[in-house]
Amino acid sequence: MYVAVKGGEKAIRNAHKLTAKRRRGDTSVPALTLEQIAQQLAHSVARVMGEGSLYDETLAALAIKQARGDLIEAAFLMRAYRTTLPRFGYSTPVDTGTMLVERRISATYKDLPGGQVLGPTFDYSHRLLDFALAAEDDGAEQPVEMTDNDDQAMPRVTDLLGDEGLMEPDPVSDGGTPVGDLTREPLSFPADRDLRLQNLARGDEGFLLALAYSTQRGYGRTHPFAGEIRYGEVEVEFFAEELGFAVTLGAIKVTECQMVNQFAGSAQAAPTFTRGYGLVFGQAERKAMSMSMVDRSMRWQELGEEPVAPAQDVEFVLSHSDNIQATGFVEHLKLPHYVDFQAELDLVHRMRTEWFEKREQQEQGGAAQEAAQ
Amino acid sequence: MTATQETQTSQAMTPLAAGFHDPVHDAQACFRAVMNAMARPGTRQSLDIAGLTPPAPLTSVAAALALTLLDYDTPVWLDKPLMASEAVKAFLRFHTGAPIVNEPVEAAFALVANPGQMIPLASFNQGSAEYPDRSATVILLGQGFGAARTATPAVTLTGPGIQDSTAFPVGPVPPVFWEQVAANSRQFPRGIDLIFAGAAEIAALPRSTRILPTEV
Amino acid sequence: MTDTARIPESLHEQGEYNFAYLDEQTKRMIRRAILKGIAIPGYQVPFASREMPMPYGWGTGGVQVTAAILGRSDCLKMIDQGSDDTTNAVSLRGFFEKTAGVRTTCETAEASIIQTRHRIPEKDLREDQILVFQVPIPEPLRFLEPRETETRKMHALEDYGLMHVKLYEDIAKNGHIATTYAYPVKVNDRYVMDPSPTPKFDNPKIDRMAALQLYGAGREKRIYAIPPYTKVKSLDFEDYPFEIQKFDKPCGLCGAENVYLDEVILDDKGGRMFVCSDSDYCEERRADGHLGPMAADPAAARVGNTRTGETIR
Repeated sequence: MYVAVKGGEKAIRNAHKLTAKRRRGDTSVPALTLEQIAQQLAHSVARVMGEGSLYDETLAALAIKQARGDLIEAAFLMRAYRTTLPRFGYSTPVDTGTMLVERRISATYKDLPGGQVLGPTFDYSHRLLDFALAAEDDGAEQPVEMTDNDDQAMPRVTDLLGDEGLMEPDPVSDGGTPVGDLTREPLSFPADRDLRLQNLARGDEGFLLALAYSTQRGYGRTHPFAGEIRYGEVEVEFFAEELGFAVTLGAIKVTECQMVNQFAGSAQAAPTFTRGYGLVFGQAERKAMSMSMVDRSMRWQELGEEPVAPAQDVEFVLSHSDNIQATGFVEHLKLPHYVDFQAELDLVHRMRTEWFEKREQQEQGGAAQEAAQ
Repeated sequence: MTATQETQTSQAMTPLAAGFHDPVHDAQACFRAVMNAMARPGTRQSLDIAGLTPPAPLTSVAAALALTLLDYDTPVWLDKPLMASEAVKAFLRFHTGAPIVNEPVEAAFALVANPGQMIPLASFNQGSAEYPDRSATVILLGQGFGAARTATPAVTLTGPGIQDSTAFPVGPVPPVFWEQVAANSRQFPRGIDLIFAGAAEIAALPRSTRILPTEV
Repeated sequence: MTDTARIPESLHEQGEYNFAYLDEQTKRMIRRAILKGIAIPGYQVPFASREMPMPYGWGTGGVQVTAAILGRSDCLKMIDQGSDDTTNAVSLRGFFEKTAGVRTTCETAEASIIQTRHRIPEKDLREDQILVFQVPIPEPLRFLEPRETETRKMHALEDYGLMHVKLYEDIAKNGHIATTYAYPVKVNDRYVMDPSPTPKFDNPKIDRMAALQLYGAGREKRIYAIPPYTKVKSLDFEDYPFEIQKFDKPCGLCGAENVYLDEVILDDKGGRMFVCSDSDYCEERRADGHLGPMAADPAAARVGNTRTGETIR
């Protein structure tokens, strides 16, 4: 078979080899194992699973290793792999109310059924570099005293508020309307909340963080309280048509954030609290909180608020949240553009020539006028 | 054979006819014929349908088109003779998974086995001004090409895909058909697209094609 | 680590893709979008673009279109900036060699499908050829109105006043229409369309072209098409008719005139030459004995050689 061979092929091959070599680094240093990454870089793994839209810790660890720790590149590897997987169907919605909770905090109540569970968090650590970690061996494991909390149910704060009528009810899903899926249908506007939440869950953490921050600084203020943040394990179930009941596929770790926001009420609705919702893979509180704040901001229309800020602009937010798309288009400027540049060069040359001609004429005209005077 | 397949087969009382021998490359070849037909309205594109023996009144060419274009995402409407055949429905359901709908306006594709009696083109989804692509594609079965094969005189076509103009002898179609096609073209960019399925050839008329007044 | 986190079998079977990488369901979805695109010339059909194994911006739209139409008997030519040997053209050609095993070529006349970024070959294309464009921003109105909800309405109402105002403001301000590539066209007297970032030099080629043109924008999830022999008019004004770039000199290597040229800087003393952007066209002319004014120049010889050899180290 004849295959066109041209320059550049060798260069690309060499670039791949060099990248592999640089990725591995000094071979006298042991290579990272996927277990090490999955166990010890859990926040990176969570981010790559979330933005890569695929829950698989080992694959995320592999992607991080292959991407030399570039988390957006790693999420891209996950997405490209995900898209080749056969789709068997959609799971039933996970029930975060029955979560096996590892951490659960509320900023709105001092104490509540199930209690506050601090769990693993950086929140109250002093950000001092821990030089003990610099030693190759982390030392002996510190025993952790766990409070026994087995039997106590942990209702969601928003449900507690809802029981008193102070919280807008959970939106009732209409069984007849299928939930949107932007990986199967191109996004079109106006986008309903199902698509908005899916988009945010896959969105870039940094982008959502900045948008959420902007709402706190007055660009579309939503008066948020962290009603509840919980992190732990939930079961994923799949309704098997042929069996007629749901079967458990496995368990995943997720972070859920429900922001509680003010709502002044309207002619139709009494004043109540409203909410923004965030749900992401793994322990990723910054992302879950940002997501819930941006979700709430984008609900301005439904709640009769004025659109004044970037975070409320559904089309703007959803069109730019995906970092795989964003990095692709920004970085594609590295590709050759010399044909277009040549076209621009030609135009700039011509416009400059005309500009200088015009100025010369004006100067001559001015000189002639002076001479006449 | 899977359990589902067996159930459907027993309903149809005949063994379920096979799909493409080579799903990847047969579908690709069939698609290229459809694409060429749509890109060059009125031209005849031959289709290799060896091995396809779908239940009547579904024809081999129509079966190839269905296998190439339909799946879970494309509701399909069938005219009476096709709808009356459990074997046809079983064949389409099994091989494509396409939901069979009762209302023409809900369909992305329509299969018409008796084109002489077909319902008006306006019955199908015409797409919207914002999304004209959401309109239906209607496939007419049992078509003959060439003046000798058709009762009606050839119409003359012009528009995108046609260098100047071209004669298009095809049939059978209902008497009011060409008026409907002309009306369909006038509402461009909305409108339905037509595929004519013959014995071993296809032709197509996208909405962009204009029908010139025939001089007899 | 949980049981669900095992490395799947398929991970060890790299190289075993479906023909042309995409799964059949995805191909069907893209094929349906292509048919609607052809039926509505110049209209951008939304499609559920997939994540591809190359980044958005690298031609994922063109690659998906090519993968959906490609067959075993096709012969594929892949160009970027008019050339077969630019790195991304090499990379995308390699992708299809690996995943589809199809024949590839650098010769325009030999190809049945040509995927391109930023150029249209100088040689006239035939009825039996298909030209696939990689498109970054398919919406011609995007830089005038960033909202999809608004531009969609404008297309529906055939309201292109904004575009004419923009072009006219260019003339008022600069004395020229300051658009040199991705120059907007009107297709079949209906839709205003972005012909992708080809220089406007190439616009006359897409008018009544014998070959079918397919345009794919992966990140923006749009496919559009121009059927053969379709009228495609570059937007202009009666007093400012559309005109294309003209080059003062012929190609330094092959002497071709009325072709698009790349400027190559030879040294840091202002030495430069202009050579064909379409590298296959240039090579064929030189093989036929055509010589440009700088063909004998040692500096030019280096340029000529690098075009057939290694362009990048």
